[in-house]
Amino acid sequence: MPDNSRLTVVYFIATISAAMVLRVMLLWPELAPFNPDWIALALIYWSMAFPERFGVFTAWTVGLLTDVLTGRLLGQYALIYALIAYFSIKEHRRLRQFPVIQQCLFVFFCLLVSQSIIFGTEIMKAGNRLTLEFWYPVLTGTLVWPGVFWVLRNIRIMARIA
Amino acid sequence: MAVLASVTLLVLDYRGSRLNSFRSLLAFAVYPLQSLASLPVDTYQALTGTVISYVELQKENKRLKDVQLINDARLLKLAALEKENIRLRLLLENSFQLGEQVLIAELLSVKLEPYEHTVVVNKGSRFGVHPKQPVLDANGVVGQVIRVLPNSSEVMLITDPDHAIPVEVNRNGLRTIAFGTGQPNRLHLPFLANNADVAPGDLLVTSGLGGGFPAGYPVAVVDKFEARPDKSFANIYATPKAQLDASREFLIVWSDTNPVVIDQHAQTPQQQFSLQPPPQSPVSQPIDKKQGKHAGQ
Repeated sequence: MPDNSRLTVVYFIATISAAMVLRVMLLWPELAPFNPDWIALALIYWSMAFPERFGVFTAWTVGLLTDVLTGRLLGQYALIYALIAYFSIKEHRRLRQFPVIQQCLFVFFCLLVSQSIIFGTEIMKAGNRLTLEFWYPVLTGTLVWPGVFWVLRNIRIMARIA
Repeated sequence: MAVLASVTLLVLDYRGSRLNSFRSLLAFAVYPLQSLASLPVDTYQALTGTVISYVELQKENKRLKDVQLINDARLLKLAALEKENIRLRLLLENSFQLGEQVLIAELLSVKLEPYEHTVVVNKGSRFGVHPKQPVLDANGVVGQVIRVLPNSSEVMLITDPDHAIPVEVNRNGLRTIAFGTGQPNRLHLPFLANNADVAPGDLLVTSGLGGGFPAGYPVAVVDKFEARPDKSFANIYATPKAQLDASREFLIVWSDTNPVVIDQHAQTPQQQFSLQPPPQSPVSQPIDKKQGKHAGQ
């Protein structure tokens, strides 16, 4: 069904855009250090649900846009999201069978790897004095994963895309 | 392949500015998202601004008028002092820079990275903004522009752990460098000796050394002097004067003598004005040659 696939792309763009907005939104300044990487979570879900439609290259493009959005060196998030998409697609059969706890564990390691790469590039850029706060988004990202999974799954069921 | 492409991009972007046009192109795609993210807070502010009561408006109006009166009186004196200063500098055959240009930019309510003190303002290269420009608010120095996109620019605050600003103590002219700490209301001065003449309450102003920031703008007030007899330098902390977390409007300053080319469709002359109008007295003629480009904008 060609119509269906176009619908999927529309939903993909809409949810990724929403994730990007959430990523840079500043509603409560006190909560800002805990803001998880929503885009990575959305990408994990989509590459898990549609491994044949959204590949590594899609994730790479999204990452490039995220680099511009957050003012990083071009290619930092592109690299991270490409890696995350690669592992999610490789493991998508297993991930779909996993209970939520095990999925959370997978998400935790993805985010940990991503944050470590950011740590590397930040060190390369300057001797940044990063504190323990730098690692909070990994934890919060893991904690919100069940919610993200539930919301995106319901969106997918509501839109009847498979 | 994606990994290779990313690493190439990373290295290219790290080494130089060849990718700036590419970044600007992508910026057009993400700018709507940034505006959208900023929308809830902006709407809230607009709403609270609209439903303010009549009495409060009157009160605010009266207060602002009083402040305006006081500032006008101060400016009168400032003009006289400025002329005197120029005359004295001429006697010393010293060059003197006046007439900085400013542009008002509004803050977008977005947080780029949780661990950085960087903000986004809504004026970019279309308004002639360029990297390394100092940014002020009504109370003091806020930071400097680090990256310019067509519609917005990123400003690093003075409290960012990667930021350092050359300052001097206003009371006695003692020069040093203030580093950001990563805490929103703290600056650190690590290079002053244990017997340095600094006390809590001292005002730190920009020294103008290094050429990045214009001299004489207030930066911070010293709030803690911690002598460390076992080390060669004392631990000194200061609180920024600028309201880094409360200000919505910032001033972007042009302080170098190079003229800034501005698109005529993007910039109306009313939006940009001179902070201190260049002097008209015949005494200051030799200086006006330097300032001519500035005044002509």
